[in-house]
Formats: sequence, structure tokens, C-alpha cells
Amino acid sequence: MSFVLIVGSGRVGSSVARNLLAGGHEVSVLDGDPLSHERLDAGQETSWEAAGGRFTIGQAIERDALVEAGIEKADVFIAATNGDNTNLTIAQIAQRMFNVPRVLVRVMDPARAEWYSSQGMETICPTSYAVEMFEKALAAPEAGS
Amino acid sequence: MYVVVIGGGKVGLNLTRELLAKGTEVTLVESRRDRYLRMDAELGFVVQYGDGTELWVLERAGIQRADLVVAVTGDDEDNILICQVARDKYQVERFISRVNNPRNRQYFELLDIRPAFSATDLILRLIEHEVPDYGLVHLLDLPDEQLEVIEIIVCEGCRAAGLEVQQLELPEGSIVISVLRDEGGFVPKGDTVINAGDEVLVCLDPGLEPQVTALFEAAK
Repeated sequence: MSFVLIVGSGRVGSSVARNLLAGGHEVSVLDGDPLSHERLDAGQETSWEAAGGRFTIGQAIERDALVEAGIEKADVFIAATNGDNTNLTIAQIAQRMFNVPRVLVRVMDPARAEWYSSQGMETICPTSYAVEMFEKALAAPEAGS
Repeated sequence: MYVVVIGGGKVGLNLTRELLAKGTEVTLVESRRDRYLRMDAELGFVVQYGDGTELWVLERAGIQRADLVVAVTGDDEDNILICQVARDKYQVERFISRVNNPRNRQYFELLDIRPAFSATDLILRLIEHEVPDYGLVHLLDLPDEQLEVIEIIVCEGCRAAGLEVQQLELPEGSIVISVLRDEGGFVPKGDTVINAGDEVLVCLDPGLEPQVTALFEAAK
């Protein structure tokens, strides 16, 4: 079991958070918007906290917020806010200031995802996946025909 | 010299105007459409529309041949990444960044984005200079050149008060470069006497500050 800190509780961040918690990991979520907490509760039998999750309201870039959310003892850091630049910055803060062993960062822009990946960061680019899926779908025969 | 300025707010726009007036070749990149159109009407082809954190936008602006990149957007993460990419991907040798929130300065330092200027810090520095409540002011820090200039008030009863400059037990690597007295300033000679109430500017190697200030602080 590892302690995972997820910054950004959007569609991606909240889903990953719930799955990791269900998988037996310790999960802390940081988001600046208190309402984003609802995504963690939606469709669940118990509240996020009752299920054992942590939630901190704070700006991703604020050191105090990151510390409050537990970055100092995080084994894994996931940067999944809706901003590429915020994600790339906080991912490097997690790596270099807090020495988090594993850092994953979502980058929507394929060009920078590729470059930062070449610099040794573990980037995930949903845009590239979408492009790939579309191309695969188009190459396959039309469903129902 | 070719300069690429990212961010067409007050700082970026006025900087661009000044550089153009000096005959420098400049490209200004602005991501907000309304701002871009307004500036385009004034500056024409100097201004380009686009998100200056995207690689293709930077390449279109000619970052590969830039001698200087100036990142002055209103967003610190953007400024950090622009400089990082300019340095590490495009080998731009000189860049200057703006720090919008002084609390983010630690991240600029963490990622070695220097120099980074914050308007808040600059104004604070001026306040410290104008309001003599503070005994010590950092006037200039040049970490790369291994040089600092500080301004110190000569306190009543300190070790330096009443001594000639040449009698001061300043550590090797430090020198008094100016004495401010009676609304004026002058470069001291060896036999200039330092009085309590003077302010002195000292040029020193980094790390010597505690030894230097000890001479000018009131005896405890």
C-alpha cells in the first residue's frame, strides 16, 4: 500500500482517486474548489472521508497546501489539475523540493508532454490517446455495417 | 540583439515599446485575443498571437535565435516553464522572468530560473531604502558574479563608529564603497572617519555579511 497525493479533483483526478482508494491505497486529494469534493462522493455509498480518503482545499502551487495534503510523506504524486503549466510546475516541485519517489503528470499538449518526458518526467498525455483512438476507430470497419 | 517577450500586459508592452525605440529587434507574444488585436494595431508584425508556453508558438516567434527571452505573463507557472523550455530546449543563454507572487520565488530558485524580478520585492526594497527602520538593505545581489552590495546604518556605540575606514576590521573580500551622510554621498578615502548615524555601502563576497554587519551594529 502506498500513499498517493492527487492534485486536481476533476474527472480524471477524482476517478483515479476513488479507484486507488478502493484498491487499498491511502489517498489524499488537493483541489482549490470545495465543490470538486462532490465528484469524489458522487455515486458512492459513503462519503469520501468515511471511505478513508483525505481531501484538502488549497491552491496546487501553495507550499502550505501541498504540505497540509501530505506531500512530505507521499510515495506517489499525481498532477492532474486542468492546467498543463500548473501540473508541470508542481510535478517538479514534488520531485525536487519534496523528493517524492514517483511523480506522474498529466499534460494535454502532446509536444510538451513529449519534451518533458525526454527530460525524465513521467508524463501522461490524454490528447495523444484520443488521437490514437480516433485513428484506430476510423481504420476499423464502421460498427453495424 | 533579438529579444522575445512573452506576455503583453503593462510590463511586456512597455518593455517592447522601449526596446523598439532603442532599435532592438523584438517579438511580443500575447495569448489574449483582445489584447493582441489592440497591440497589433499599434505595433503590427512585432506582436504575435498565441500561448507562449506552447512550443510551436515559441518556435514561430523565433526562439531558436533569441539572445534574450523575457517572461512577463501574469502567471508564475507560465513564466517558470517558458524560461525552463527556453534554456533547456532552445539553449537560449539569457532570460529574465517576472515573479507575480513573491511566495512563488522559492520555485523559481528551485528550478534555477534566474534572474527573477518581483515588483513587490522591488517596491519593498525601495521602502527599506527610504524608511530607515531597517538597519540593513540588500541593494544588489549578483550570485553569478559572487558579489553583493549592502547598505548599513552605523549604529551609536558600534565598533566602527569613530574609526577611519582603513582601521575597520573588515574581512578580506569586502570594502566600503560609499558613505552617505547629510543627504549626500561620497566615496571614502582611507582616512575618512566613519560616524554613528552615517550609512555605508559595502561591496562584499557572498557569505561575509554577518562579519561585516557585526562592525556596524550596536554593541550588545
